[in-house]
Amino acid sequence: MSADARVALAPRPEVVREPVAAAALGVVEKPLSAWERVANIAALRKLALLVALALVWEAYARWLNNPLLLPTFSATLDAFAGGFASGELLRKAATSLRVLLIGYTLGIVCAGVLTVLAILTRVGTDLLELLTSMFNPLPAIALLPLALIWFGLGYGSIVFVIIHSVLWAVALNTHAGFLSVSPTLRMVGRNYGLTGLRYVASILIPAAFPSILTGLKIGWAFAWRTLIAAELVFGVSSGSGGLGWYIYENKNQLDIPNVFAGLFTVIVIGLVVENLIFRFVEKRTVRKWGMQS
Amino acid sequence: MADVGAPLLDVRGVTLQYKTPDRLVTATYRVDFQVFTGDRFVLLGPSGCGKSTLLKAIGGYLNPIEGEIRLKGAAVHKPGPDRMMVFQEFDQLLPWRTVFENVTFPLIASRRLPARDAEARAHASIEKVGLRDFSGSYPHMLSGGMKQRVAIARAMAMEPDVLLMDEPFAALDALTRRRMQDELLTLWADTNFTVVFVTHSIAEAIKIGSRILLLTPHPGQVRAELNSLPPGTDAATLATLERRIHAMLFAEPSDQAAAA
Repeated sequence: MSADARVALAPRPEVVREPVAAAALGVVEKPLSAWERVANIAALRKLALLVALALVWEAYARWLNNPLLLPTFSATLDAFAGGFASGELLRKAATSLRVLLIGYTLGIVCAGVLTVLAILTRVGTDLLELLTSMFNPLPAIALLPLALIWFGLGYGSIVFVIIHSVLWAVALNTHAGFLSVSPTLRMVGRNYGLTGLRYVASILIPAAFPSILTGLKIGWAFAWRTLIAAELVFGVSSGSGGLGWYIYENKNQLDIPNVFAGLFTVIVIGLVVENLIFRFVEKRTVRKWGMQS
Repeated sequence: MADVGAPLLDVRGVTLQYKTPDRLVTATYRVDFQVFTGDRFVLLGPSGCGKSTLLKAIGGYLNPIEGEIRLKGAAVHKPGPDRMMVFQEFDQLLPWRTVFENVTFPLIASRRLPARDAEARAHASIEKVGLRDFSGSYPHMLSGGMKQRVAIARAMAMEPDVLLMDEPFAALDALTRRRMQDELLTLWADTNFTVVFVTHSIAEAIKIGSRILLLTPHPGQVRAELNSLPPGTDAATLATLERRIHAMLFAEPSDQAAAA
């Protein structure tokens, strides 16, 4: 059969061409249609999804017609706008964010110290592995009663449980990132004569940045959850609590649209941090460096 | 080259071992050789002859079990910027730095030069490997050959005592590899650096090297140290040397063992 195929091949002339000079080609491009260009903007796609979700919510709530169980999206938006106008929601959010940032920053610093120790010494590695396997599965809220005894009814306790929830997630991811840095890059760093902290700062941290960023994102989400949950348990003295306390208070007064407005604020802050701040950092680092598509 | 004065790099009786989870592997056994200033010294051998391990030992990444490695008379114990490495892997460039920053960074990190001089030196070095238009690009935007050129530019900018190249062209396609070999020779003619070059290709060894060390595998031992042929030698002479090296590396030892 293959012999037949060979017989069937007719002799063909050879082709030799002179390529056109690249400069003479001009720009070869095909413009995208307006629809394609719009669909290429991730923010717009997400916005469309958000609008669809809001419409589903609105339709279902109207059909349910029970504002005590599920207020409509417009009622929630109303309560949200009202809370903003009176400044109460803004104040609560600011209180929450301040505690959150303190806890988050301290958690990251602790995680940084632990992982740097772990990468530079063997005892440090053992310590980090032991501590993360012990404490990572422990829910931060389970520590709250203890924290209340140690630090009293106030910011100290909340900061403590936030540190707990951030620390292990960030440390675990950072350490995993350090371990996965390619041997070639490590050798390059040592070839430059870098050792100790300079080596960690100029080779390991940027090389492990995708993992570190994931850790920071997970830590941020954990911190938020822990904060709101902790505020639901107790509202920080003298009525100056945060968003969790706002939700709790309004639930007690059966002001359900306000409860939803509180939850809505938590969601909005989450969306902003994820889609503006973390996205910005990603764009400026791992994407620009081609370490993440 | 006449053997005048002390060798730049002196490798004496070096035995190298490394541990795998289940056994201790002897990579090289009592290897001796001397590299003089301006040499293009090639370590040639089949895979498993410990040539890369030997280069890593010169780089200071592992210490010999026996024997010693001296650079300019001082024993080598740890990695340092006086022996710049060019690796086979394309991921040897720091992905978070541009081409230009990749070349400047080691100069500044090793405190060889202040920032302004480092920048001037880096520009000159990038110019030499023909990547001036790409100095603002990140490594992931470059082709494999361009990445290796950056790695060479970065190593040359440091003006190390000796340049260590670990099969730098092995991962390139055949056409790019030939061009890179020619470019390396041009660069050498330009600046006359000393280079220790690891390869498993006999043709590459003859083309790149001025002197060739043949290593036999498992564990690596010196089989011969030969002079290579200058560029422009006729094909027949090149082929003779290639056959001679081939015979030494592959056929002869087993023949001798059978005869004995």
